[in-house]
Amino acid sequence: MQTNEQGGAEARYQAALNEGRFSIQRCNDCHKHVFYPRVVCPHCGGASLAWVEPKGTGTVYSTTTVRRKPEAGGDYDVSLIDLDEGVRMMSRVEGVPPAEVKIGMRVRAKVVDNKGAGLVVFAAEEAK
Amino acid sequence: MSLRDLRGRTAIVGVGTAGCGEAHGMSDLEILSQAAKAAVEDAGLAMKDMDGLCTANLNSAMWPLNVVECLGIRPKFVDGTNIGGAAFVAHQLPAMLALNAGLCDAVLVCYGSTQRTATFGRKERTAARNILDPNPFEGPYQPFNPPSSYALIAARHMYQYGTTRRHLAEVAVAARKWAQLNPEAFSRDPLDIDTVLKARMISDPFSAYDCCLVTDGAAAYVMTRADRAKDLKKKPVHILSNATAAWHRSVSGMRDLTVTPSKESGERAFAAAGLGPKDIDVVQIYDAFSINTILALEDLGFCGKGEGGPFVENGAIAPGGKLPVNTNGGGLSCVHPNMYGAFATIEAVRQLRGECGERQVKGAKTAVVNGNGGTAASSQSTSVLATAGAL
Ligand SMILES: [Zn+2]
Repeated sequence: MQTNEQGGAEARYQAALNEGRFSIQRCNDCHKHVFYPRVVCPHCGGASLAWVEPKGTGTVYSTTTVRRKPEAGGDYDVSLIDLDEGVRMMSRVEGVPPAEVKIGMRVRAKVVDNKGAGLVVFAAEEAK
Repeated sequence: MSLRDLRGRTAIVGVGTAGCGEAHGMSDLEILSQAAKAAVEDAGLAMKDMDGLCTANLNSAMWPLNVVECLGIRPKFVDGTNIGGAAFVAHQLPAMLALNAGLCDAVLVCYGSTQRTATFGRKERTAARNILDPNPFEGPYQPFNPPSSYALIAARHMYQYGTTRRHLAEVAVAARKWAQLNPEAFSRDPLDIDTVLKARMISDPFSAYDCCLVTDGAAAYVMTRADRAKDLKKKPVHILSNATAAWHRSVSGMRDLTVTPSKESGERAFAAAGLGPKDIDVVQIYDAFSINTILALEDLGFCGKGEGGPFVENGAIAPGGKLPVNTNGGGLSCVHPNMYGAFATIEAVRQLRGECGERQVKGAKTAVVNGNGGTAASSQSTSVLATAGAL
């Protein structure tokens, strides 16, 4: 049972990220994974959601390069990532130029610091 | 009562627009009032006859109160639902129910925004909205919304179905060609495919021409029961059906980026109307971005899934093409003051009345209006409209 002291699902998710841990939820009733974190399962309506650590691997489902003036920081990537657990999240792929991020690319999650808060970003997986 | 029972029993009897393009020095409420007055007079009614109201605004959570006070009306039926720009199409169903239940006799649907010229402008309003209604799971990645969300949708459609930037450009060019026939359209300069492709990129695969205009504008229309409509000033345009689907809020919550809520709203609306895409003479699609038109043509059944790109090739939806789409120039070239749904509805009405001058689709008797709302094809509402002769 989650208590108010521990915070709601969103607060707990962010608190874990701030300590460098990426967690998602899994429904104890229908066993599906859930993201973003919630208190009621969007698949079955159950209210028993457990925190689990995802494998961290996923695939780029779609991607766009947001154009920005160089003096404001230049172009950057915004992607939708399908985690191997079957949930989707918005993020960005780092380590390659935005134009080289492609749909279908395999990526791996890492937690970075974003103005003092933990944030999940992805890096392209090394080709085997 | 089923949706089918409401078929044709409600009509749009008055339409009006105001402040389209730039309305320097005017407020949202002032141009809304002008459009409302124009719509009421177009119907041959008076403002005091408006005993039902549907309205919404992006900046005000209790906007219907601003409107009733300003217009001096005391409606018996109020709907302030805001599901984005589709709202002003989606308002039709509750209004149809209220009118046919005898709760009221005339519903005013109205909208107005001076986002383009307001001193407290888009940038400040967007920042304020992000504070009041944050999206903690997308915000930190700074999608430039709404373009980035629709860009993600377009990118996935291109990947899955081979849709090209040239296909998207066909949509923008077709809209512009219609706009050139519409004296009220904001952007009427010639536009060709190469210009769209070479223009400044916003969020790939979109250049500036794939994105809707940022204009001012107000639109209003009046609905009443069909029995009452036939005695009014203008030829009534009957609502055969209206259906709405709301699927998600953000693009990361959209299950399949290539299928929009129109798939559901369109199926329900066509079934209740007893018509299909082949029976439709003119189509008004909320084209917030070029990809919206392609997706709606597919999801409404004008072509198969994934065939929207080839469908629009070679000017197929431009003047003289096989299907007249967005005959006013749409959100891409006519007018787009934040939320466009009421404008799409009004263009359909004008076409069915035969009031469209150079851009008139000859003999148009049936129309589809497809509203779009939210930053990621989040909600959509489909209406099938017809002249009295096509009931
Ligand atoms: Zn569940």
